[in-house]
Amino acid sequence: MNIFVCVSQVPDTATRIKPAADGKSIDRTDVNYILNPYDEIAVEQALRVKEAAGGEVCVISAGDDSVLNTIRKALAMGADKAVHLKTDADFDGFAAARAVAAYLKTANADLIFTGKESVDSNSGQFSTFLAALLGINVVNIVVKLEISGTQVKAEREIEGGKELVETTLPAVISCQKGLNEPRLPTLKGIMASKTKKPEEIAFSGGPSSTVITELSKPPAKPAGKIVGSDVTAVPALVELLHNEAKVI
Amino acid sequence: MSKFAGLDYLHLSDFLTEEEKMVQETVRKFVDDEILPVIEDHYLAGTFPLSLIKKLGELGVFGPNLPEKYGCAGLSNIAYGLICQELERGDSGVRSFVSVQGSLVMYPIFAFGSEQQKEYWLPKLASGEKIGCFGLTEPDFGSNPGGMITRSRKDGNSVILNGAKMWITNGTLADVAVVWAKDEEGTIRGYLVEKGTPGFSAPEIKKKHSLRASVTSELVFQDCRIPAENELPGVKGLKGPLSCLNQARYGIAWGALGSAMATYDASLEYAKSRIQFDKPIAGFQLVQQKLVYMLNEITKGQLLALRVGQLKDAGRVRPQHISMAKRNNVDIALESARLARDIMGANGITGEYPVMRHMNNLESVKTYEGTHDIHTLILGQDITGIPAYH
Repeated sequence: MNIFVCVSQVPDTATRIKPAADGKSIDRTDVNYILNPYDEIAVEQALRVKEAAGGEVCVISAGDDSVLNTIRKALAMGADKAVHLKTDADFDGFAAARAVAAYLKTANADLIFTGKESVDSNSGQFSTFLAALLGINVVNIVVKLEISGTQVKAEREIEGGKELVETTLPAVISCQKGLNEPRLPTLKGIMASKTKKPEEIAFSGGPSSTVITELSKPPAKPAGKIVGSDVTAVPALVELLHNEAKVI
Repeated sequence: MSKFAGLDYLHLSDFLTEEEKMVQETVRKFVDDEILPVIEDHYLAGTFPLSLIKKLGELGVFGPNLPEKYGCAGLSNIAYGLICQELERGDSGVRSFVSVQGSLVMYPIFAFGSEQQKEYWLPKLASGEKIGCFGLTEPDFGSNPGGMITRSRKDGNSVILNGAKMWITNGTLADVAVVWAKDEEGTIRGYLVEKGTPGFSAPEIKKKHSLRASVTSELVFQDCRIPAENELPGVKGLKGPLSCLNQARYGIAWGALGSAMATYDASLEYAKSRIQFDKPIAGFQLVQQKLVYMLNEITKGQLLALRVGQLKDAGRVRPQHISMAKRNNVDIALESARLARDIMGANGITGEYPVMRHMNNLESVKTYEGTHDIHTLILGQDITGIPAYH
């Protein structure tokens, strides 16, 4: 099985993000980057498929040299090799999909895993663009996956329920939390990853078709409201939760 | 990512390699996921979390600085130090298990064992399939190990051991004990004694108030007959066991910082949320003084550990350097735990917080692997040229 995993780096979820002075990007000072948590699930799934069916797992990531650390994490988890689509420019999901598709056109991929979205821009478009550009099947937001031969059975999350989908390889699968519990790299895996040098290829995705015009922090949370301190306050609380907060 | 953000006030991680950072992050997450959820109950029950052994082996923390050829990860000594630091943020007992397995059992087999001993034991010890312990200290010979009374005697193709060892971490659990005894000429030699050998028993020492999530035992040898090939061929004299202790003490110097970070972090968070006299107690000068002491001492301890690690990786470290780091870092960790307990008032004594557990553990760490005072004398002799042990 020829398996690919597309990964991106995102600011550590514990980092406090501040808009930069230009108001269009984030202030990168002291921001620690990590492997996007959904992509970590994608790497884990790729490794599990490889362990069950044999084959090779190749990690693909686009960006400047700082993504090499993220690639390295996926290699330390057990991926066999990696491709770095190098660019110093910013790019959107469509441009990234064009760059990855250009590489994968001739790569004979059976299965391509992605996270369901990256936790920084959260646009969630990449997997669908990629499948469309390659002209292959796609199943998004997958929480359960079975593959036998070229048959794919996937369970995906939908609003208020689940959907069972069948398709065939080659396919793009975008992974959702719950699909698996990603493994920690082993210390031997970390050392082995040192010797797996990513192949560097120039990013060919072209310019982005969307432009960020402004980034701002969400408005500060208003102070909480205390409606009372004993049982007599319950009706007022229910009324507010129903009509004002609209959560019940 | 780990829930614990770490303490790196002076950005010392700038001095780490990419793989050292990855090792640290990985072990930190392992501690959050696997150790912290279970350790308090094990501590209170006085049991070692046995289910961790296989997982620690899979992770690769046993003898991680030994070569890949024997199933180890071949990491730097700084990476090994970071592993000890992260593990001890979990518990000193777990770090002790790892120190004993790697530094006191795998290291002597690696450094002094025959090729056959290395090939047989090291991969099994690295994976956690087999557990080891180290027998040097005796009931009446602690700081003065050279006075040991355990004896070995050649008898044909066998060696017969008689004597007793005390305060042996992992003793009751161990499949193999590295035992130091004096031969007929009075020379200290190392032997590998397997569990179940007639004449060898390892009863557990109970009723401890410290290192409760760690097994501590006595090793008893009564005409215990082992094959002569179980002798470690590569070393004679006290320098054998002392060189092992040097490896372990190095790990402890880093480990103690992990414990100090845990108690610092717990008391800082507590001080910021605990309201007295209408404001967080973190806003009072006496509390800030304690927190700043901890921050300051931990940061100095990190510099010490990092530098000793660099020297060790460069092959330039001296045992006295390691004594300095172990002595200082355990001392400030214990002091930090006491201050943290103080800041937290009554809450500090409960199992809701890790503080009292660390404090009690560190009481042992302060006097094992060379007591604080013995390390003082090692340094004293080094700078004056005059030994003051006796």
